[in-house]
Amino acid sequence: MITHFFNQMPALVVVVPMLAAPLVVLAHRQWAAWLIFVGACWAIFGMAFLLFVEAKIAGQVSYAVGGWAPPFGIQLVIDPFNALVLLLVTGVAALTSLYARASIAAEIVAERGYLVYALLLLCIAGLVGITITGDAFNLFVFLEISSLSSYALIAMGPKRRALLSAFQYLIMGTVGGTFLLIGIGLVFMMTGTLNMADLASRLPPVADTHTVQAALAFIVVGLSLKAALFPLHVWLPNAYTYAPSVVSAFISATATKVAVYAVFRFVFTVFGVDYAFGTLPLGEVLLVLSAIAMIAASLAAIFQTDVKRLLAWSSIAQMGYIVAGFALATPDGISAGLVHLLNHGLIKGALFMAVGALFWRLRGSSINDLAGMGRAMPVTSAAFVVGGLSLIGVPATAGFISKWVLLSALFEAHRYLLVAMLLLASLLSIIYVGRVIEALYFRARPDDVTEHAHGEAPLGMQLATWALIAANIAIGLHATPELGAAQRAAAGLMGGGT
Amino acid sequence: MMDFFNDTVAGLFNYWIVFGLMMIGFYTVIAHDNLVKKLIGLNVFQTSVFILYISMGDIRGATAPILIDGQAIYAHPLPQVLILTAIVVGVSTTALGLALIVRIHEAYGAIEEDDVLAADFATQDAEDATEQARSAQARATEPHAPADADDGAEREESRPS
Repeated sequence: MITHFFNQMPALVVVVPMLAAPLVVLAHRQWAAWLIFVGACWAIFGMAFLLFVEAKIAGQVSYAVGGWAPPFGIQLVIDPFNALVLLLVTGVAALTSLYARASIAAEIVAERGYLVYALLLLCIAGLVGITITGDAFNLFVFLEISSLSSYALIAMGPKRRALLSAFQYLIMGTVGGTFLLIGIGLVFMMTGTLNMADLASRLPPVADTHTVQAALAFIVVGLSLKAALFPLHVWLPNAYTYAPSVVSAFISATATKVAVYAVFRFVFTVFGVDYAFGTLPLGEVLLVLSAIAMIAASLAAIFQTDVKRLLAWSSIAQMGYIVAGFALATPDGISAGLVHLLNHGLIKGALFMAVGALFWRLRGSSINDLAGMGRAMPVTSAAFVVGGLSLIGVPATAGFISKWVLLSALFEAHRYLLVAMLLLASLLSIIYVGRVIEALYFRARPDDVTEHAHGEAPLGMQLATWALIAANIAIGLHATPELGAAQRAAAGLMGGGT
Repeated sequence: MMDFFNDTVAGLFNYWIVFGLMMIGFYTVIAHDNLVKKLIGLNVFQTSVFILYISMGDIRGATAPILIDGQAIYAHPLPQVLILTAIVVGVSTTALGLALIVRIHEAYGAIEEDDVLAADFATQDAEDATEQARSAQARATEPHAPADADDGAEREESRPS
C-alpha cells in the first residue's frame, strides 16, 4: 500500500491540487474551501519533500503517466534540478495557504472567496506540472493552465486597473505561450518526438538546420516572456501591483521562477550546453539582457511611490541576477543561478506577504500610507526589514549567499563588467529598500489615512511571513545543504540528459 | 524556374499560409487599439500555429488517421491530437479575454485601449500628484529630534498606541 503510494507520488503532486480545485468550487463555503486548499497545499508540500529526498538518493525519479512507457507516453521526471524548484513552489504554496484566509477575507468579496482558492490551486497544479514534466508539449499545456489561472487571479484585484493589467498580461502571455508552441512544433517536426530526454538524443544530428535554430529562438523568447526577462517584462509591474496581496505573494515567488526553470530545462537538457552556448550565442545575449535588467529595473524601482510596484520592479532586476548565473553556462554559474532562483522566491514571497499584511490594515500600499507603521505593526515591519536586508544581500541572510556564489561564479568566468553591474545594482537596492524602511520607522503616521483594522495582522498571515523570513535566515546561516543540492543539480545539467 | 516554383512556392504552400496568417494576427495584436480586435488577432495568430502542426503531420496521398480497409497510408495522428489540446487552450484564452473585456467595459465604459489607458494615466497622475504632495508634507513636518531629547523612549511612551 505504502510503496504503491510512493510510486504514484509524482502524478499525485499534480493531480491533488488539480482535483482539489473543483472540490473547492463545490464546497463553496469560505471555511470549507479554505480547509481543502490548506489540505491540498500541505499534502503536495509533503510529497514534494519526499520526492526531493527520493531524487537525492536515487539521482532521478521517473514516472510514466498512464503506464505508457516513455518516449511514447508522457513522462514525469524529478531530478536534482527540478526537485529544488518543486520544493520552492509547493513550499510557498503551503505557506500561502496559511496566509490566504485573512488576506482574502479582507480583500475579496466574500461570495467570490472560494474562486480565489480554486484558481490558486489550478495555478499551483500548472506550476508543479511545468516543473516535473519530462514532455515538451505537456509543459506547454501546464504553462497555459498556470497562466490562464493567473490572469483570472490578477483580474480579481480590488482596483479597476487590475482588469487592464490582466488583459495585457493575457495578450503578452498568450503570445509567449504560442511562441513556445511554435518552437515545440519545430523540434517535433525535425525529430518526431516530444519527450525531452529523447529529444536531447535526437536533436544533435539535425541541429545544424534553420528549423532547430528557429525552434530554440521561439522557445527561449516565449518562455522569457513568462519569466519577465528584460525587455519582455512590461506586463509584470502592473500585474503584481494590482493583483490581490496573496496572489502577488504567491505569483512573485513562483511563477517567474518556474518560467526561468523551463527556459533552462530546454536550453540545457533538450538543446544542450554546447549547442546553445557554443554554436549559438545565447549566453552573450542573455548576459547583456540580464545586465541591463539589473541596472534599469533597479533604477526604476527607486522612483516608485507604491511599495508593491517597487517590489515588482525589483523582481525584474533580480530575474537579471538569476539569468546571469545560468547564462554563464559554467557549473558554478548554474548553481549560483539556481540558488538565487530559490532564495529570491523566498525573499520576494516574504516581502510581498509583509506588504500584504500592511495592506490588510491600511488598504493602501503607497510608501506614504506605510509611513510610521514601524510602531503600529512592529512584527510585520520587522519582517519587511529582514526581508529587505536579504534582498540587499546583507550577511546572515539568504540574499548574501546567492550574491556571494553569483559573484564568485562571475569572477571565475572573468566577467568583471558584470561583477561591477551586479554590485551597482545591489547598491541601488539599498536605496529602494531604504526608502521603504525610512518611511516605516522614521516618519510619523500621516493623519489622512483611514485604517480598516487595528493591531497586528492575523496569526496566519504573520506565521506565513515569518516562516519565509526564517527560511531566509536559516539559509543565510547554514547554506551548505542548499549549495550542495544546487551543485548536484548543476553537475547533472552540465552532464546532459535528464 | 519551374523547380523553384514547385519546391518553394507550391511545395511550401501551407507554410507560406501559416506564416502569412501568423504575421497578420501578430500585427493585429500589436497595431489595433480595440481590445476585441486584439483578441481576434491573437486568435488568428494561434490558428496559424494549429495549421503549422496539422501540415507537419500530413503525408502526400494519405487519408485521415482512421483504420480503413485497403488504405495503408494515413496522416500522422499525433499532431492532430496535440492541436486539439492547443485549440482547447485557445478557446479558454479567448473566453477569458472576452470576459475581461466585458468587465473592462463595465469599469471604464470603453474598449479602446487608448481610452482605457488614458483613464488609467489620469488616475495614475492624480495618485502621483497626491503621493508627491504627501511626501513633501511629510518632509516639511518631519519631527526633528528636539535638542534636549536624550533618547526616543520617553516620546514613545507618550504616544497613544
